[in-house]
Amino acid sequence: MSADAAGRDDPFRASRWARVAWIALAVYVVYASSRMEISWERVVTGLENASRFFARMFPPNFERWELLLKGLLESLEIAVLSSAFGILLALPVGLAAARNLMPAWATWPARFVIVACRSFHPVIVAILFVKAVGFGALAGILALTVASIGFIGKLFTEAIEEISDKQVEAVRATGAPFASVLAFGVLPQVFSRFIGFSTYQLDSNLRNSTMVGIVGAGGIGGTLFAAFQRFDYDFVCAILIAIISLIMVGEVMATGVRKVFLEGATLADLFSRSGRAVRVRPLEGD
Amino acid sequence: MPAAQPAADAHGAQRWRRFTSGQRLARFAVHLAIVAAIVAAIRSVEVIPEFLVDAPEQMLDLFTRMWPPDWAHYPDTIHEALMETIHIASLGTLLALVLALPVGVLAANNLVPSTPVNLFAKLILVSSRSVNSLVWALLFVGIFGPGALAGTLAIAFRSIGFVGKLFGEALEEAQAGPIEALTAAGAPWTSRMTFGYWPQVEPAFWSIALFRWDINVRESAVLGLVGAGGIGMALDSAMNLFQWDRVAVILIAIFAVVVLAEIVVTQVRKRVI
Repeated sequence: MSADAAGRDDPFRASRWARVAWIALAVYVVYASSRMEISWERVVTGLENASRFFARMFPPNFERWELLLKGLLESLEIAVLSSAFGILLALPVGLAAARNLMPAWATWPARFVIVACRSFHPVIVAILFVKAVGFGALAGILALTVASIGFIGKLFTEAIEEISDKQVEAVRATGAPFASVLAFGVLPQVFSRFIGFSTYQLDSNLRNSTMVGIVGAGGIGGTLFAAFQRFDYDFVCAILIAIISLIMVGEVMATGVRKVFLEGATLADLFSRSGRAVRVRPLEGD
Repeated sequence: MPAAQPAADAHGAQRWRRFTSGQRLARFAVHLAIVAAIVAAIRSVEVIPEFLVDAPEQMLDLFTRMWPPDWAHYPDTIHEALMETIHIASLGTLLALVLALPVGVLAANNLVPSTPVNLFAKLILVSSRSVNSLVWALLFVGIFGPGALAGTLAIAFRSIGFVGKLFGEALEEAQAGPIEALTAAGAPWTSRMTFGYWPQVEPAFWSIALFRWDINVRESAVLGLVGAGGIGMALDSAMNLFQWDRVAVILIAIFAVVVLAEIVVTQVRKRVI
């Protein structure tokens, strides 16, 4: 680092590597945007399309509310069932993958299952299940169950690997069998984090359950996609409003569950306006 | 977790309980609601049992059709689509970073001490996050036509909420000391930002960016299903033509890119941040 005029180092001077990285980034942006086929003409027609598009979206059309409600309910069912199955199945898998409790012959297969479940987007998994079990909610439930196993399994494993050994050793020293070591030494230490990522996963499944319908796996997504393709933009707008409100209700309920289990809130606390605000630590994704 | 509450029982002796009766009632209500939701969902969901019985056979059929993967097809079309997916994810993330910076600043209460402005910024962030990237993609395909541009904008608009929210929270957690020192020295707003706030939030900012890029690589692979460019379009056309051996190549390619992105992110985080 060179000295400035006053003979002191400039602490805010960018390092050589940082400058190289910035230049590389700029070159990449220019190169990648040149492949996007962006032209002035396209922007102008795009803006015209956009104004027509939004003009047709408003006012939202709730005439086919029965179809809308049916789709929303199916999405909700997919989210609830896939979260329930996913959490139940993720518990043993996550436990088997924890290196501090299990031998290598158990952790490697369990870790492989978790990586395999995590690597594909739920919509791609849904495509495969649509082929396997046909169109409908079942494919969506299975796809989101797989996604839940991957996500909760990974975080549950990490949580177990971070626990303190002292309590586990203390329970073991009393001659407790393995099941008791788990129930009294391990699970109490990870319970609060488990609640955190389970509610988070429910929230995430709710979001994705409104989307898997695009590939035919049930829920409101199919209705949305069909409305888009038929240019029923006012119905699209109604569906979007419904989806967003469903997701927001889901978020409020997830926060409520966290308050009850993690902060010991009573029902009165939940419904009082002055209730303590929960600052929830962001997990993966959002 | 609140402390245990002593309660006197009928004989006047103290009994220790972990939760108050109000807390126990709340826990019971949550458990009841969960069980009720699951039972209601099982009873009303429309599942055709015959399809479930058939599933293993269909899965086996799927895998025999996928094997062996049609590698010959990779160089001519799939490689290009894969690169396009990476461009969509990277450009979308960069665009989101640029757009999210000002919104994140407006959402931070210690920087902009005005509640209406904060709420407005938070409204932008929440609406960006509540709309799935596939829906954003549908919107932009409607506006700009099918192609990578729609995908890039979809990724960017979906990411603004995520980046802006986390960046705003990082700004709010910045220590006031250096900023007060700068203010006392008469530094203008720009200097307070670049020398007071930015050094404090820079690691968080780059870590959020990497994190979001990793998510976007996964998400951009499916955008093509609605026509927004990238490898999803190749996947969609291969599936519509029942070319399952090509589908297998595409899935392996997506898997490889996702794993590679995760390795890159872990390495960069370890070395730089």
